Amino acid sequence: MTIDLAQTIANEAPAPVVRTRGVLRRSLRLWRTRIGLAITVALVLVAIFGPYFAPHDPSALLGRPYQVPSPGLPLGADYLGQDVLSRFLYGGRSILLVSVISTVLGVGGGVLIGLWAALSKGWVDNALLRGTDILLAFPQILLALIVIATVGPKTWLIVLTVALTTLPRTVRVIRGAATSVVEREFVDAARANGDSQLRIALVEVLPNVIGALGVETTFRLTYAVQLIAALAFLGFAANPNEPNWGTMVSQNSSALTLQPNAPLVPAVAIALLTVGVGLVGDGIARAAAGIDRGTS
Amino acid sequence: MTKNSPSLRLSRRLRPRGLAGLVAVRIALAVLTLVVVSIIVFASTQLLPGNAAKAKLGKQATRASLTALEKQLGLDQSAFHQYVHFVGGLLRGDPGNSLTSGQPIMADLTPRLANSAFLVLVAAAISIPLSLLIGSVAAVRRDGILDEISSFLQRVLASIPEFVIGLALIALFATSVLQVFPAVSIIPPGSPPWSNLDAIWLPALTLVLVVTPNIALIMRAAMIEVLESDYIESARLTGVPERRIVVRHALPNALAPAFQVIALNLAYLAGGVIVVESVFSYTGVGVAMRDAVLNRDFPTAQVVTMIIAGVYVVTNLAADIGTILVTPRLRTRLA
Amino acid sequence: MSAADDGGRAVRVEGLRIEVAASGHDIVTDVSFEIGRGQVLALVGESGSGKTTAALALLAHERRGVRIAGGRVTVGGVDMFALDKRGRRDARGKLVSYVPQDPGTALNPARRIGAHLIEALEVHDWGGSDQRRRERVAEMMREVSLPDDPEFLRRYPHQLSGGQQQRVCIAMAFACQPAVVVLDEPTTGLDVTTQAHVLATIRRITSAEGAAALYVSHDLSVVSSLADRVAVMYAGRLVEQGSAETIFTAAAHPYTRQLIAAVPRIEVARSLAAIPGRAPSPGSRPPGCPFEPRCAIRIAECRERLPEAAVVGPGHTARCLRIAESKATLATTTPAPIVAGADHAEGIVRVGGLRAYYGDSEVVHDVTFAVARRECLALVGESGSGKTTVSRCVAGLHDGWDGTVTLHDAELPRSARHRTRAMKRDIQYIFQNPYGSLNPRRTVGQSVARPLALLGEDRRTVRKQVAGILERVSLPPQYAAKYPDELSGGERQRVAIARALVCRPKVLLCDEVTSALDVSVQAAIVTLLRELQEDLGLSILFVTHNLPLVRSIAQRVAVMQDGRIVEAGSVDQVLERPEHDYTRRLLADAPRLSDADPAPDPRAVS
Repeated sequence: MTIDLAQTIANEAPAPVVRTRGVLRRSLRLWRTRIGLAITVALVLVAIFGPYFAPHDPSALLGRPYQVPSPGLPLGADYLGQDVLSRFLYGGRSILLVSVISTVLGVGGGVLIGLWAALSKGWVDNALLRGTDILLAFPQILLALIVIATVGPKTWLIVLTVALTTLPRTVRVIRGAATSVVEREFVDAARANGDSQLRIALVEVLPNVIGALGVETTFRLTYAVQLIAALAFLGFAANPNEPNWGTMVSQNSSALTLQPNAPLVPAVAIALLTVGVGLVGDGIARAAAGIDRGTS
Repeated sequence: MTKNSPSLRLSRRLRPRGLAGLVAVRIALAVLTLVVVSIIVFASTQLLPGNAAKAKLGKQATRASLTALEKQLGLDQSAFHQYVHFVGGLLRGDPGNSLTSGQPIMADLTPRLANSAFLVLVAAAISIPLSLLIGSVAAVRRDGILDEISSFLQRVLASIPEFVIGLALIALFATSVLQVFPAVSIIPPGSPPWSNLDAIWLPALTLVLVVTPNIALIMRAAMIEVLESDYIESARLTGVPERRIVVRHALPNALAPAFQVIALNLAYLAGGVIVVESVFSYTGVGVAMRDAVLNRDFPTAQVVTMIIAGVYVVTNLAADIGTILVTPRLRTRLA
Repeated sequence: MSAADDGGRAVRVEGLRIEVAASGHDIVTDVSFEIGRGQVLALVGESGSGKTTAALALLAHERRGVRIAGGRVTVGGVDMFALDKRGRRDARGKLVSYVPQDPGTALNPARRIGAHLIEALEVHDWGGSDQRRRERVAEMMREVSLPDDPEFLRRYPHQLSGGQQQRVCIAMAFACQPAVVVLDEPTTGLDVTTQAHVLATIRRITSAEGAAALYVSHDLSVVSSLADRVAVMYAGRLVEQGSAETIFTAAAHPYTRQLIAAVPRIEVARSLAAIPGRAPSPGSRPPGCPFEPRCAIRIAECRERLPEAAVVGPGHTARCLRIAESKATLATTTPAPIVAGADHAEGIVRVGGLRAYYGDSEVVHDVTFAVARRECLALVGESGSGKTTVSRCVAGLHDGWDGTVTLHDAELPRSARHRTRAMKRDIQYIFQNPYGSLNPRRTVGQSVARPLALLGEDRRTVRKQVAGILERVSLPPQYAAKYPDELSGGERQRVAIARALVCRPKVLLCDEVTSALDVSVQAAIVTLLRELQEDLGLSILFVTHNLPLVRSIAQRVAVMQDGRIVEAGSVDQVLERPEHDYTRRLLADAPRLSDADPAPDPRAVS
């Protein structure tokens, strides 16, 4: 009980003041966040506006299969003779959209359940964690595959399963971050005031785990893109003929030497997207932990 | 990453007697998890619109072929009976026949299991010590230029999807750039995986590159937290040499969180083989899983899922027991 | 320089300067002192004074972000700053050693007690053989009154109590017979009884081992029972030093005198004198006397130049231009004003047969008491006595209890959630830790206004009431827009009090509200609570472990041990004529400030 006093005095040496507010703003001062953000924004712009700049219909057969780049086909043709550049410009939309929606669903649900677990403590907390443990017993991709094996690769199904694999991880992280916040006395003060559990969760606790939430969201988004791209790579896309970076990689992977653009351009795009988002998350994590000193 | 898994916390609540009790509770929880997993895997075929036979045969199904397949799959019996049959088959090691080949599932899976296990073990044997070393050194030299670069590279590597890493390795080592390894890692049936080491290098290297940064980053964070603690400052103020502080004082305390993350990553390896094996056409359970899903051969998919979930649960169990053993606070609660 | 010609001094510190590495601002400025062999020097100061930072310089140790920028530290004839890395390592633990503040975190949880002790000897190759080292460990264990059997040495830190852990740390520090031991608030986290035993151990072992000791503390009462000499730090400077007797009976510096005046005494009820303002932080310290902005007897010159250390008496120096005036006008003790008697006919809160549970275990057994209007009842006990649980049950924060709690004869539901608005408004809670009780993401105004939501007031009324209540707790109205991290601990606690008072409650539950605060800030908060009690006719349940403080705030006291009230009565009666053994022991173990200077000495001015 008197430890608080001990801490107060232990803090005597003036540590650099870490502002609890503005973690996201602080993270923007780190070069890795900036690089990550620049890459992410660039890829998102390509994904959203790419189709307007595509020179050809992505499904038109314009050349020989695996035709090398030529003035008409600046990145060459793919396994069917479709324009790699056009398919690349079209191919980011669905992957991005599906990842973002499933991340929002998974992280949103995870935050609510995580806060609920932290605030409830006791058996509710234990039961919720036990539940997440069971979901975690499936490696992410396995849960998606077992569902696809029975129902087939439907977009809504992929969104739901990716959200479902995201959820337990977010629950764990948010619950972990919130546990120490819940112990603090301002939460008791709100309880003494008779505030509802939901109000306490959203108004008192959530703003204090915003750093963890930022990190978690970006990391989960990275994994969602990875997972959805991997599913497409394995051949499970809702529509295999639709241009999609993941399917492009798998359809053309046998032409690595013959026409490297066909598999490598979409592969690099996916990698850049995940790396960009991952770096933003890393920056937020560093800013939140106050790890970074003087590299701004 | 959480230092103690929730199941550890739960077992603490249950107040078991002594070390044996603690471990017994953990084993019981692991078995319980597997039972629930098996129910979910089983239920996934039950909850479908129509039934599995219809899903398999698709639109061309005739009444007669449907009934025949339903009978073959036991779908004409009660759900409970089917579940008991499913679990019984798993426990006997004879979970039935593949829908694609009509052959017993295990006949195809057994050699593949050996191949996959070998691949995962090789990857784990390289990446675990490597990542612990990288993580510890980075923590000791933290904020130095080397740490800055290495943690940046690890973050980048950890973000890249495994199939991209695999492709990059093929492009680098198996095509025009450096032709040292085969791009495709098919292991001929009947020959053990270690007789085809050439085939295993690239898939193993891919897994190592995927897993190492994850463990190393956590190890670094855990070591930094320990090195910042009061007891390390106290040890310094007692005049303990720095090397001894790192090895004898800090490392034992960083091991518990490391165990947890290693378990998570080994479990990931079990799932990650699906993608990595597909990249290299490696003859393992991962490719079997992919093919089963592509062909709607759900009995095989269910079996592979149960095997991988089993590996996951056992690894976590081992990590929890390991955590108990390296944490005196838990270990010494002998009644 | 060899140890022989050091004139019996174990430690000599000259012109020590320590700065923030990043900004270059001084944390410690021009600190000089000496410690003789076998002597205990107490380095006293409030939080932020730089005392721990200065003490660690004796081991040539810099905490993260801090740099030793100048001066000289000689220990046993060795110039500590001249040593290379290897030399410093050899000196630490052998020539000068350290006892940390919190033994719970300072012992490695993965290592056994015996390993800790043996290692302290082994790294310095003390004694030459393992056999000799094992003997020394056993000897040290006996000196700190711990069992020396192998079974005990095989234990891990978490298997020891806080007091035992601290004894282990002390044994480690003295094991290599160092010339000086730095003790950094070693009893801060301990209960009074444990603290008394640990202090006795420190006293015994320093004389037995003939080591000098630097005892860093914020607690003047503890220091007065232990130290030979006292050095007072303020804003990174030594403002006064002298023998313990001189400092406590005839302090010269205004800061020292006011600090002593702020300490509650167990013997006599007195109003605690607070020091207005707050200590300047590194980077914003004034060029003149650092205490000048808060000093009651400052003159223009104080602002212009820093006073030299003036010799007041033998071995007694103070950095002040107004020593004579200080001694003449600043009292170190003030009698308490007469408090209007409580109206006992009007018991507002009654607790009857309260039993509280955590899970299956009963932690509070059959507790019964009542708090009257305009009365402060102190609930006293050591940690784990159940005193906080009782107050949480009354507040509806803990709902695992049986028995009755009534407010104005109306029985209260167990949990705050099930209580009516009027009930919640009438009972307000103030928490122990002002660093935890305010949401860091919400402004002071938002936090204070929140309880008003219960009343459904409109926005303008709310703003007016918030401004009014902030003024009532002596905070300027513009504080409503600040965030908690811009406030000092005392200011935060004022905000917490404002939040509790804003909807005009009848009853305040104060849970150790001053234990996280410096003594001069504690004095201000206690004074404020007393005024509020008087002016608003509040009933207060004051939960504390601090017996002397009870004297300065409460009219009645109930002593709790192991979940039971073992003694209750008026404060005078219980503290002067305790009947229960436990109360007697608590009183005997409570550190006392031994001052014999009841009134200012008028002869000092001449």
